[in-house]
Amino acid sequence: MGGTPIPGDVKLIDESGRRTDGRLPDEMRPLKIEAGVLSRADGSAYVEWGMNKIMAAVYGPRECHPRHLQNPERALVQCRYNMASFSVEDRKKPGPDRRSHEISKIISEALTRVVFTEYFPRTSIDVFIEVLQANAGTRCAGLTAASVALADAGVPMRDLVASCAAGKIAETMVVDLGKEEDNYGQADIPLGYVPRTEEIVLLQMDGDLTYEQFNKGINMAIDGCKKVYEVQRDALKRRYAVRAVDADIPPHDFDLRKEGM
Amino acid sequence: MSKDVMADLKRDHISKLLAKGVRMDGRKFEEMRPLKIEPSYVGSAEGSARVTLGNTQVVVGVKLILGEPFADTPNTGVLTTNAELIPMASETFESGPPDQESIEVARVVDRGIREGHAVDLEKLCIVPGKEVWIMFVDVHVLDYDGNLFDAANIGANAAFKSAVVPAGKAGKGEDYPLPVKHQPISVTAVKIDGKLLIDPTHDEERVADARLTVATNEIGNLCAMQKGLNGSFTLDEVLKIVDLSRSIGADVRARL
Amino acid sequence: MESGDNKESPREIVVPGELLATDTRKAGPGTFTDGGKVYAAHLGIKSVRPDQISVVPLSGQYIPMRGDLVVGKIVDIGASNWLVDINSPYPAPLHVNEVPWRVEFGETSKFMTVGDIVLLKVVDVDEIKKITVSMQDHGLRKLTGGMVIDVSPSKVPRVIGRNGSMIQMLKNYTGCRIYVGQNGRIWIDGDLDNIVRAVQAVKMIEDEAHSLGLTEKVKRYLETSSKRGA
Repeated sequence: MGGTPIPGDVKLIDESGRRTDGRLPDEMRPLKIEAGVLSRADGSAYVEWGMNKIMAAVYGPRECHPRHLQNPERALVQCRYNMASFSVEDRKKPGPDRRSHEISKIISEALTRVVFTEYFPRTSIDVFIEVLQANAGTRCAGLTAASVALADAGVPMRDLVASCAAGKIAETMVVDLGKEEDNYGQADIPLGYVPRTEEIVLLQMDGDLTYEQFNKGINMAIDGCKKVYEVQRDALKRRYAVRAVDADIPPHDFDLRKEGM
Repeated sequence: MSKDVMADLKRDHISKLLAKGVRMDGRKFEEMRPLKIEPSYVGSAEGSARVTLGNTQVVVGVKLILGEPFADTPNTGVLTTNAELIPMASETFESGPPDQESIEVARVVDRGIREGHAVDLEKLCIVPGKEVWIMFVDVHVLDYDGNLFDAANIGANAAFKSAVVPAGKAGKGEDYPLPVKHQPISVTAVKIDGKLLIDPTHDEERVADARLTVATNEIGNLCAMQKGLNGSFTLDEVLKIVDLSRSIGADVRARL
Repeated sequence: MESGDNKESPREIVVPGELLATDTRKAGPGTFTDGGKVYAAHLGIKSVRPDQISVVPLSGQYIPMRGDLVVGKIVDIGASNWLVDINSPYPAPLHVNEVPWRVEFGETSKFMTVGDIVLLKVVDVDEIKKITVSMQDHGLRKLTGGMVIDVSPSKVPRVIGRNGSMIQMLKNYTGCRIYVGQNGRIWIDGDLDNIVRAVQAVKMIEDEAHSLGLTEKVKRYLETSSKRGA
C-alpha cells in the first residue's frame, strides 16, 4: 500500500471530485451476488464486484480434519483463501503464499464470530474462497461471498458478515478502492461488519492516516458494508424464490419425526 | 465421508439401470451432457474460458510471459499445463501440492493440445535460442461431477481461440492473436458392465471398470490417448471408442 | 385455525439474523433470541403460528436427534461394535448390546459386515453430540436387496408429507417397500420398474419441495408412469 509513485498522467481524483473510473468518493463499484452456484458443495456463492470474480464454497459441518484440531465443544471454521494463477496480471504460481495464509486466517476468525459453532462440537466447517479474477478488495469480496455460501449451506449464524474497504487517495477518504487506487493510494482499511449487532469482525489498516481520516474512512466502510448486506440478502432470497408453498410442510418438529416407515 | 459412502451404494443402482439401457441421468450411452462454453471469462488472463459440462465446471486460463526456450527446442515457445483440483470442487479433493489425479489430468490435457498442435509454438519464438513466449495453461476445477479431461480440453481450446499474445506490453511489437493451428478435442468413455458410456459423471467414474480418453483433430486423426482405472478394454471396445470420439469430437468442435 | 394456513400464500424466505418477532415466548425451532427479540438462526422459510414462529430449513447437514429413524451403512467393524455412517458429521457406533442377537466379543463380523445397509433408531444424543444408535426395536434390522438413494435431510419432511400422506401415496402407486430415514437416506425395494418410478418421484419431490401443487404433480407422474406390460 502506498509508496508507489503515481505516474504523471494518472489523477486519482480529478477537478470535479471524480475518481479514475468516474466514481464519487462514497460510491461503490457494481456488485452482483449469486447464491447456490455449485452442485457438489453444501453451500456456495459467486460474487462479481467491480472487476473481481470470486467463488466461495462451504462443506460442513463435517468431521474435523486434521483430527488433532478438533474442539470438543464447538465447530472449527476453517477458511482457505486462494488466488488462481490466472487471476492476476503477472501469473501467480499455484498454491498458497504468505498473503493467502494471512487472509485465510482473518476470514476464518471473522466468520467464527457469527457461526453458532456450539451447535456442532467436534466438527469442522470448511470454507473455500477462490479468486478467479482479482481487482483490489479480494479479501472483502471473499468474506462477503463466504458469508452467503455459509447461509446457503444452512449453517446457523447470528447474522451475515458483510465486508467492504475504505481508503485514502490524494488526501481524500473514499470507499471501495479500485486497483489503481490500491496501488497508488495512501491508506487501505478493509472491514468485516455484522450489520445487526454492529460488531466489527475483521479490521486491518495500512498506510498513513490521521485520527479524523481513519474515523471518516471506517464510517464510510461501515456504510459500504450495509449496502453489501442488502445484496447478500437479496441473493439468498432469490436463490430459493418460491412461487407458493403447500401448507402441509411441517416445520422442524419433534412429533413428526417418526413416520418414516 | 458420507457422500463417498453413497458412491458404492449407487453401483447397484447404476447396473440395474444400464441393464435396461438407461443411465442414471436419463442419457443415452453415447450422449454428452449439456455443454456451455463461455470464452474470455477472466480478463486478467491473456485467454480464458469457463466450461460447464453437466455439473462439472472448470475455468481454463492462458497466461503468456517472456522466457528462455528449452535447449533442445531453441526455436519454439514453451507450453506448460497445470491443473488445480481444488477442495471447493469436491469433498474428495484435498488442498496441497498436486496429487496423482491432478497431475494426470494436466498431462493428458497437455498431451492432447501439444501432440495435436493446437498452438503453433514456432510462432511464439522471438529470438531463437534466447527469447520465446512461455504459455501457461492453468485448469482450475470449481465443481466436480466427472470427466475433467474433456471439460479441461474443451476449455483450453476455447481459451486459445480468443487468446491474445501481449506483445505490446512486453515491448515486442503489437499484440496479436494466439497462433492457433488445430483444435484437438478429447472425448472420454468409461466401461461399466461391458457397456461403453460417453462423458461419465462422477458416480459413473467411481464404479467404472476402465476409462479411455481419445483426442482427435479436424481431419479425424488421433493425437493422444489415455487409458485409466484398474480394468481393461478389448480391442473392439477401443476401436469403438475411437470411432465415437471422432464424430462426437467434431460436434464439440463446431460448438467452439 | 393456524395463520399461514392458506395454501396459496407464498411464505417468506428469511436469512440468518433476520428479525422475526418481538415476543421471545414465540421462539421456535430454527430461531434464536437476543435482546428480547426473535431472529432467524439459518436460511429458511418463515413459519408463523399463533404461539410459535419457526424457520423451516432449506439446506443443512443431518444432525441426529433422539427418536430419529435412520438408514445407515456399516463402514467399519470393531470387536464389540460396528461403525455406521448415518450421513452426519457424527459417527454412529452400533454396540453389540444394541442388536437383537447375542454377539460374542470379536464375532461382530459374523453378523454384519462392511457395506451392509441397516435400519436403526437414534436412542441418545448427548451434549457433545456423541450418538447412540440401536437396532433393538420393532422393525429395525439389516436391509437386504432394494436400493438406497439420498436426498437433502431438509427435504425429508416433504417426502414423508403431513401425517405420512406423501410416502403413503408413493407406496400405494409403486407397491414398493419404502423406509425414509430422517438422515435423508431412503431405502426402496420392489419390482425394478417400480423402484425406478419411486426414485423418480422422490427426486421430483426433492427438486420442487417448496412448490405449489407438488402433491398433485407427483400423483400425476405416478399415475401416468405405471408399468405398461413387460
